[in-house]
Amino acid sequence: MSSDSTKKTIMVALGVCLVCSILVSSAAVSLSSIQAENKQVDKIKNILAAGGIDYANNDPQQIYLNRIKPVTIELESGEIINPEEKSDLLKPKNFDINKVSNDPELGEAIPSSEDLADIKRKPSYMVIYEVMDADENIEKYIFPVHGKGLWSTLYGFISLDSQLKKVEGITFYQHGETPGLGGEVDNPVWKNSWKGKIAFNDKGDYIIDVLKGKVDPSSSEAYRQVDGLSGSTLTTRGVDNLLKYWLGENGYKPFLENVKAEGSDEKI
Amino acid sequence: MKKYKEILLDPIFNENPIALQILGICSALAVTSKLETSIVMALAVTFVLTLSNFSVSLIRKHIPGSIRILVEMTIIASLVIIADQIIKAFLYDISKQLSVYVGLIITNCIIMGRAEAFALQNSPGRSVLDGIGNGLGYSFVLLFVGFFRELFGSGKLLGFTIFPLNTEGGWYNPNGLFLLAPSAFILIGLLIWAIRAWKPEQVEEG
Repeated sequence: MSSDSTKKTIMVALGVCLVCSILVSSAAVSLSSIQAENKQVDKIKNILAAGGIDYANNDPQQIYLNRIKPVTIELESGEIINPEEKSDLLKPKNFDINKVSNDPELGEAIPSSEDLADIKRKPSYMVIYEVMDADENIEKYIFPVHGKGLWSTLYGFISLDSQLKKVEGITFYQHGETPGLGGEVDNPVWKNSWKGKIAFNDKGDYIIDVLKGKVDPSSSEAYRQVDGLSGSTLTTRGVDNLLKYWLGENGYKPFLENVKAEGSDEKI
Repeated sequence: MKKYKEILLDPIFNENPIALQILGICSALAVTSKLETSIVMALAVTFVLTLSNFSVSLIRKHIPGSIRILVEMTIIASLVIIADQIIKAFLYDISKQLSVYVGLIITNCIIMGRAEAFALQNSPGRSVLDGIGNGLGYSFVLLFVGFFRELFGSGKLLGFTIFPLNTEGGWYNPNGLFLLAPSAFILIGLLIWAIRAWKPEQVEEG
């Protein structure tokens, strides 16, 4: 039979497709559990990094279980909710910011006048993380944040101290900014410069400014100012805006106020 | 007929797919800002190239002319997906950095080019050698570019600091150009110049 006959052509095409699809699907199926675990571990590592927890030689998953308590909150009311009653998507294990934002029930559109972070839609619920110390007291809070930089959406975490006043750390785990310029949001020195900055004034408004250029350490405002990244004005502005958004009243402010109110009750 | 050794080694300098044939430039620009990603990309391309050459050569007498390219593409695409899945499972951090570029190996002209130019006419054994050889040629250029871009762009090699950066308290002021794609063009250009100065027979008639 000649290779060019119609029958042979169809047979070869079917044969090649069959063999290839078996190979591709067996690779995808047999590796999918390892890939899912990788994703989980990666997320955990980022949460630990944001909380400033060193996992050096230990199993990050174990430390996560011991030290971190994920909590699902409703953004608008700031109340802690039980995800079991709402939707499986809100369980900390399954929570995916984009999936929840795009869900018609669990996400909502942001009016463009309020959309500082330029993200169009946001989840109505968020999973935040409480870092526990050895005595089961809350040591820090970790909040997921995201928003547009210059080229890409930056996804990260900011952690605040137990008084919800000072920044403990900031980290971005996913972005596509220019390496060496906007990509310097990953620079450990710059990330460290956030530590200890006062994030809120007495009224609970977010007050950190990311400057264009360097902070003058002798300035009386230095406690709430952070160096801009040189050569990346737009990425810096993006970071500034996304933090303003998420730590503002459309973001975590209701939750922050609730926690503070509870804290003062306990003191009385 | 070429000797086996020539099939294997010629693509490194004498017939380098990037430097002589100017194929596969796109990925050489995109993934070489670090040495580590360059190495993984080079391995992935060599893997796909070797197996696609082998598979195409194995069924070369049965491939109908009318769907020749389609059959080759199907084989290449499947191999790329398998390589991508393996990288995602075992080298997760690197797979995040390589992002779409592993998938884009499908469109890497070297792989299609070798299937068409070599595997269709030669035995499976010779095609495998040709695949490995061209993979090595591609790897050589990628590692060359990745080495210089990471060293001068971020003062590091494989993530280890070689030149301490001034932003982290050292003395080296990194050259940001090396982290951007155009620097790979310049480096590949210099490499082509060097190879053609050494082997003038590669110079094309202007």
